Amino acid sequence: MIRDITLGQYYQANSVIHKLDPRTKLIGTLVFVVSLFVKKNIAVYALAALFLASVIKVSKVPYRFVVRGIKPIVMLLVITGAFNLFLTPGDVLVTIWKLHITAQGVENAIYIVIRLLLLILGSSMMTLTTTPNELTDGLEKLLKPLRIFHVPVHEISMMMAIALRFIPILIEETDKIMKAQMARGADFEHGSLVQKAKNMIPLLVPLFVSAFRRANDLAMAMEARCYQGGEGRTKMKPLCYEKRDFVSYVVLALYLCLAVAGGILFARIMPTWASVLKGN
Amino acid sequence: MLGWSAFKKGMNMGIVKTSRLIFEYIRRNEEGDVEGITRAVDRVNLDINAGEFVAILGHNGSGKSTLAKHLNAILDPTEGTVLVDGKDTTDENEIWNIRKTAGMVFQNPDNQIIGQIVEEDVGFGPENMGVETAKIWERVEKSLKSVGMYAYRHKSPNRLSGGQKQRVSIAGVLAMHPKCIILDEPTAMLDPNGRKEVIAAIKELNQKEGITIILITHYMDEAALADRVFVMDAGSIAMQGTPREVFSQIEKLKQLRLDVPQVTMLAYELQKKGVPLDAGILTIDELVGGLKACQLL
Repeated sequence: MIRDITLGQYYQANSVIHKLDPRTKLIGTLVFVVSLFVKKNIAVYALAALFLASVIKVSKVPYRFVVRGIKPIVMLLVITGAFNLFLTPGDVLVTIWKLHITAQGVENAIYIVIRLLLLILGSSMMTLTTTPNELTDGLEKLLKPLRIFHVPVHEISMMMAIALRFIPILIEETDKIMKAQMARGADFEHGSLVQKAKNMIPLLVPLFVSAFRRANDLAMAMEARCYQGGEGRTKMKPLCYEKRDFVSYVVLALYLCLAVAGGILFARIMPTWASVLKGN
Repeated sequence: MLGWSAFKKGMNMGIVKTSRLIFEYIRRNEEGDVEGITRAVDRVNLDINAGEFVAILGHNGSGKSTLAKHLNAILDPTEGTVLVDGKDTTDENEIWNIRKTAGMVFQNPDNQIIGQIVEEDVGFGPENMGVETAKIWERVEKSLKSVGMYAYRHKSPNRLSGGQKQRVSIAGVLAMHPKCIILDEPTAMLDPNGRKEVIAAIKELNQKEGITIILITHYMDEAALADRVFVMDAGSIAMQGTPREVFSQIEKLKQLRLDVPQVTMLAYELQKKGVPLDAGILTIDELVGGLKACQLL
C-alpha cells in the first residue's frame, strides 16, 4: 500500500500540457502568478480564471481532481478572509461587538480569497501535469545561470531527485521500525501531546541511523558509477524546446499583455467597491 | 600466427592484480589518538585473468568486502599495490578509468539505485561518463536486455522485487561497458528465487559477453559455479584453487567456519563410510554418476 503514494500529486494523462517542456510550465506558472498581482480588479481575475479553466480543459485533468487541491487550504482561506474583513480600516458598514466590517474590508477579503484560490489552483496545475523528475530537471536548467554566483544548482537538483527517490523507502522503513517497536511494547497512540512526542524517540533514533547508513552507501555507489558532480555530465533525457513550447510562450505573452491592459483599462472605468457600497 | 598468439596473450593478461595488499582500519578515541589498528586485509596477492569467473569466499569479518572495495578504488591500500587493467588504483588521474573498467555492485539493492525509473537509473553511469544521448539509450537498452529487465524499463524501482532490483543494478554497471564486474555479496539480502535470478544473470554475462566476474559471497553453491575460488580468513587468503580443489578439503573449510555445498558434504560422509567416490563432488549429477559407477544405484 504504502509504496503506492504519489508525490506532487501527478495525474497521468496524454495531453499537450503534459508533454510541454517543464521549463515552459515553470515559467508559465510564474507568469500566471505575476498576472494575478497586476491590478486588483474583477477584470484581471475573470481573465485569469478563464485562462486557468482553458488550461485545465486542455490538460485533460478532471475538474474534481483539481478542486481537491483546495481542501488543505480551506482553513487558510477562511482565516485570511476573516482578517481582511475585520481588520481593514476604512468606512465602517457594520459593527459586531468590537469588530468593524468596512467597505474596503469586504473588497479586500473577496479579492484576497479569489487571488489565493487562483494562485493555488494555478500552481497545482503545474504539479498535476509534471512528474517530480521533470520538475527537478526543469529547475536545474532554468536556474543554471545562477552558477555564476556559485549557487550549486546541479547539486541542489540532484539532492531533490534523491530525496524524492528515498521518500517511499524511508516511509516503508518507518513502518517497519514502528511495528518492531510496538512489538516491544512501544506506544505511539496514547498519552498527551508531550508524551506522544517523547514516544517518538524510539522511532526517530533508528530511523536517522538507518538514513545516514543509506546515505553513506548511496554516496559510495554513486562514486563507484563515476559520479563527479555536474561537470562533464551528459543527459539521457535532455530538455529541448519544441514547437508547442514556442506556441505556449506566445500564448503566455498574449495573456500577460491582455491582463495588464485589461486591468488598467478596467480600473479607469469601474468605480471602487467602497464608493459603490457607500452609495456614491 | 604471431599476431594471434600476441592477441591471446593480451586477452589473458591479468585484469585485476594485487600484490602484498595490506589495509588497516585505524580506530581512534575521542582525542584522536590511535587506540588500535585492525588489519582487515593482510598481504593478499590476487591475479585474476580477463574473462575469468572468480569467487571470493569467507565468513563475516574475513575482510572480503574490504578487499572488494580496493578493486574499485573506493579504498586505497595501506601498503602494497592494486592494479586494475594495468593501472594503479592510487593514481588520482586514473581513478575514473578504473571505475569504468571495474564496475561494482553492492549488497543492498535499495541503496544503489539512484533513478526513479529503471531506465533512468541504468543511464546514470553513462551520463556521468559524458556519453552522448543517443549512445546512452543504446547502452541502456542493451544492458537491460542482457539482464532480462527490458520489459520493466518504465517501472519505478520501488515496485520491483529484490532480485529484479539487483539485476537493474547489474545493468547499471553494465551500461558503463566495464571489463570486469565486482559483486559484493549481491545476493545476501535476497530470497532463494532472487538469488537464482541474479546468479543466472551473472553467469550469462561471464559466458556470453566475456566479462570478468569477481563474486564475493558466503554461499558455497554460488562459489561452486566459479572458475576459481579464493577463501579468505582473517584478512588473508587461506585457500585457493578450482571449486573442486577447494571443496574437497572439507576439514580445512570447517576450520575456517565455512560450509561446503550439501552434495559435497553428503559425498564426503559417504566416502568416510567406505563408499569409493571421487573427492570434491559439486553437483547432484556428479554424485549420481559416482554412485552408479560403484554400482550402488
